[in-house]
Amino acid sequence: MTQAVPHPDGASTTGGPPDDLAVQLRGIGKRFPGVIANDDINIDVRRGTIHAIVGENGAGKSTLMKILYGVQPPDSGTITINGRQLSLSSPADAIKAGVGMVFQHFMLADNLTVVENVVLGAERLHGIGRAARREIMRISDAYGLGIEPDRLVEELGVGARQRVEILKVLYRGATLIILDEPTAVLVPQEVEELFDNLRGLKQEGLSVIFISHKLDEVRAVADEITVIRRGTTVTTVTDPRSVTSRQLAELMVGAELPSPSTETSTVTDTVLLSVRDLTLPAPDGRPLLDAVSLEVHRGEVLGIAGVEGNGQAELVEAIMGMRPGVTGAIELAGVDISRSSTLDRREAGIGYIPEDRHRHGLLLDAPLWENRILGHQSRPPSSSRGLIRSRAARQDTERIIEDYDVRTPGPNVLARALSGGNQQKLIVGREMSSDPILLIASHPTRGVDVGAQAAIWDHIKTARRNGLAVLLISADLDELIGLSDRIEVILRGRLVGTFDPASVTPEQLGSAMTGATSDEGQAVTA
Amino acid sequence: MNIRLQRAVLALSVPVLALVLSVLVISLVLFLADDPIGAVWQVLRTAPAERNWANIIDKTTIYYLSGIAVAIGFRMNLFNIGVEGQFLVAALMAAFVAGEAWLPGYLNTGVAIIAAMVAGGLYAGIAGVLRAYRGVSEVISTIMLNAVAVGLTAFITRELAKSATQSNVSVVQTKLIPEESWIPNISIGDGPASEIYGFVVIAVVAGFVYWFMINRTRFGFDLRATGQSLTAAVASGINVKRMTVVAMMISGAFAGLVGLPYIFGEYHSYGSTFPAGLGFTGIAVALIGRNHPIGVALGALLFAFLDEQSNKLQIDAGVSPEIVKIMQGTILLMVVISSEVVRRYGLRLEQQHVARVLAQRDPASPPAEGVEGAERVKGVDGDGTHAATTLPATPGAVRDADDQPEEAPL
Repeated sequence: MTQAVPHPDGASTTGGPPDDLAVQLRGIGKRFPGVIANDDINIDVRRGTIHAIVGENGAGKSTLMKILYGVQPPDSGTITINGRQLSLSSPADAIKAGVGMVFQHFMLADNLTVVENVVLGAERLHGIGRAARREIMRISDAYGLGIEPDRLVEELGVGARQRVEILKVLYRGATLIILDEPTAVLVPQEVEELFDNLRGLKQEGLSVIFISHKLDEVRAVADEITVIRRGTTVTTVTDPRSVTSRQLAELMVGAELPSPSTETSTVTDTVLLSVRDLTLPAPDGRPLLDAVSLEVHRGEVLGIAGVEGNGQAELVEAIMGMRPGVTGAIELAGVDISRSSTLDRREAGIGYIPEDRHRHGLLLDAPLWENRILGHQSRPPSSSRGLIRSRAARQDTERIIEDYDVRTPGPNVLARALSGGNQQKLIVGREMSSDPILLIASHPTRGVDVGAQAAIWDHIKTARRNGLAVLLISADLDELIGLSDRIEVILRGRLVGTFDPASVTPEQLGSAMTGATSDEGQAVTA
Repeated sequence: MNIRLQRAVLALSVPVLALVLSVLVISLVLFLADDPIGAVWQVLRTAPAERNWANIIDKTTIYYLSGIAVAIGFRMNLFNIGVEGQFLVAALMAAFVAGEAWLPGYLNTGVAIIAAMVAGGLYAGIAGVLRAYRGVSEVISTIMLNAVAVGLTAFITRELAKSATQSNVSVVQTKLIPEESWIPNISIGDGPASEIYGFVVIAVVAGFVYWFMINRTRFGFDLRATGQSLTAAVASGINVKRMTVVAMMISGAFAGLVGLPYIFGEYHSYGSTFPAGLGFTGIAVALIGRNHPIGVALGALLFAFLDEQSNKLQIDAGVSPEIVKIMQGTILLMVVISSEVVRRYGLRLEQQHVARVLAQRDPASPPAEGVEGAERVKGVDGDGTHAATTLPATPGAVRDADDQPEEAPL
């Protein structure tokens, strides 16, 4: 690992850092009892560049960023920011040193205006009045952020909210901005806008650390790319154009890569799920679902593409019977289930992988075997005649752990103690365990590592071969194109177009998702 | 260590920790009040007399039933403050039914007990329905229903007393229950002072029913699941509205038992002097017992013991009997604090355990850094900026140096 960071300037651990380095990390290590999170991390971020850090979930990126943002102190190694070696003991220290962090999940108060959100907590800098406002507009203009200062945050789209977050850290004087998975919530067009903003920051001499999974995007925007695997820096690529995404990905996982490509079609003529004119009125104006009609056949994966918040969550919950006030017909294998309870629908053969596994999929503080029962309370082997069969549930949980490669010491562990990927594999295993005829998979691989992602894709493909009908909702266009037999695009609660995944490009889908090609002809985001 | 064993050890460490902390805090209070610390602990350490034990067991029985009633609500995140009102209504109902004596002997007793449970359940059900279908906080509605119950029972008792053809109008109470329907007391020593309520048997049965219902039945699973995560419960197909009403009614039905030891074992009627406040003690007892059937029993015993010792404290140690209230409050706080501390510690241990086992089993796998609980929690630091909390992530495997690629193959 001696040559891990081949740097053009020949920066070394012994000499002082060259002047053009915004951040120099040397030999950063962080141990937790029994495990090592970071080990000998070496990264140089040059001033005025965008430096990407890529790695699998769990590779140690988050720990590293927490160290750099002062949340956790490193056990070993040095942090040098703008030529000064610092020990950061809190985020306040990091902010003082000019480090700003934009989290993946926005931290904005919806009911306040943009100005109020930016000023909140930094009142001492420019007050809360005209001076603060002037400063905000100055920053916005200087970096081309296009901020509308008096809009309420709740009225803003995802992209605009992200710009507010960036403005927030700039307002606090950041010269180094860390963006954690910033594109996860954006559609392709918004991603381009974000990249333009980042290039603007770069030109003004600021440095950006960009954490991502999406290797195409990383290659498009980054000046240098550092790959982290299992807690340590594997390599730094100084010319992103010289590598392919596949090469990068293989560096990340250290092995050959899976891809979500489909096999020969297994679609049959048998309609398993038929949804007609599904409508969900909203209390104020535009319905959340507007006359949605779709069919999923035996052996078919129907993908639903859409910018988050355009009705996908409502569609899933309507089909699962979790939403009151839905009108329209839902038939499962020819049987009308539109009046059935959620439990009846599950018993009729719907497996459900929810979008938010923490809120809808798991009891985090219950052991795995109790989570195995969840949603299957009424069915063997977990229960019979109103009683819980804990031994049978434990045994069946062990089967799932085995078959679905859930990495856990056993079925008595609390769900919270597992990593996201393993939690998700448990959910997939559970939902497949009672032989469903329809699987509703909502963002099934969100926030899981590449290994678990490949495993989940495999399970979906296997199930499809065995005649399962799958309704797949995803924000990952590659996943949608790779797995689906047909893709419907949802926009503002309506299905606005059908695409053949064999011929469609992510850009075409992106346009349809934002309404750029719809009959209303106007791009609307979120 | 085995995870289940580890959990058991942690569970036992809660009361130990709480006890130690409580002793410290109470001693400090005594010190500040210039009271004799040694004498107080001396009194508390002496074993109660047989006569006192009878009182302690009687009170434990009542506190236990009250605690179980509250615990059922807690298991579903329902805060049933209305045990007080529910038990008053139920006790009156039991006294009325048993006093009318439509049936002979113990048949009469049984019907009266069931009537009490139904009355308590229906009365609690009002709050359940309001919560489920109108979104009214059960805390508010049960508090108000308590006030209603006090007035209502007083009114009905007076009406019943009028028609009870009693010459002595100064005693406002329902008809006396015929002696053949009383639940006989159990003697634990010599003399009538050493007798305990026969109802203690029913309390034990109630505790077992509670345990079985919560841990062994599908209904109990649904109840716990709803309490742990409303959203996950909805997604799993649990009818949360119905569960709210039913859980509240069952809580009320258990609350209906609280006053019955008095009705069938002591007063044999419901009158204006009927004890009050038992429902509120149940809240404290359920909290101390962490809703566990045995834990609640221990909590009830502790409270009953302290209540009984308050006289002795006054006589032998010369401190105000109110010190007992301070002790009970302190213990309650310390139990809640230590169980939360131990819970967090246990979770961390478990995450480390998982990470360690996985690292040993499969050193080639990527580390499981994303231990989700630790990853998700975000806080806001003093500057108003966002900071991930210092909850430790517990990442996985040790790096395997041999597995690294030589140089970048680029």
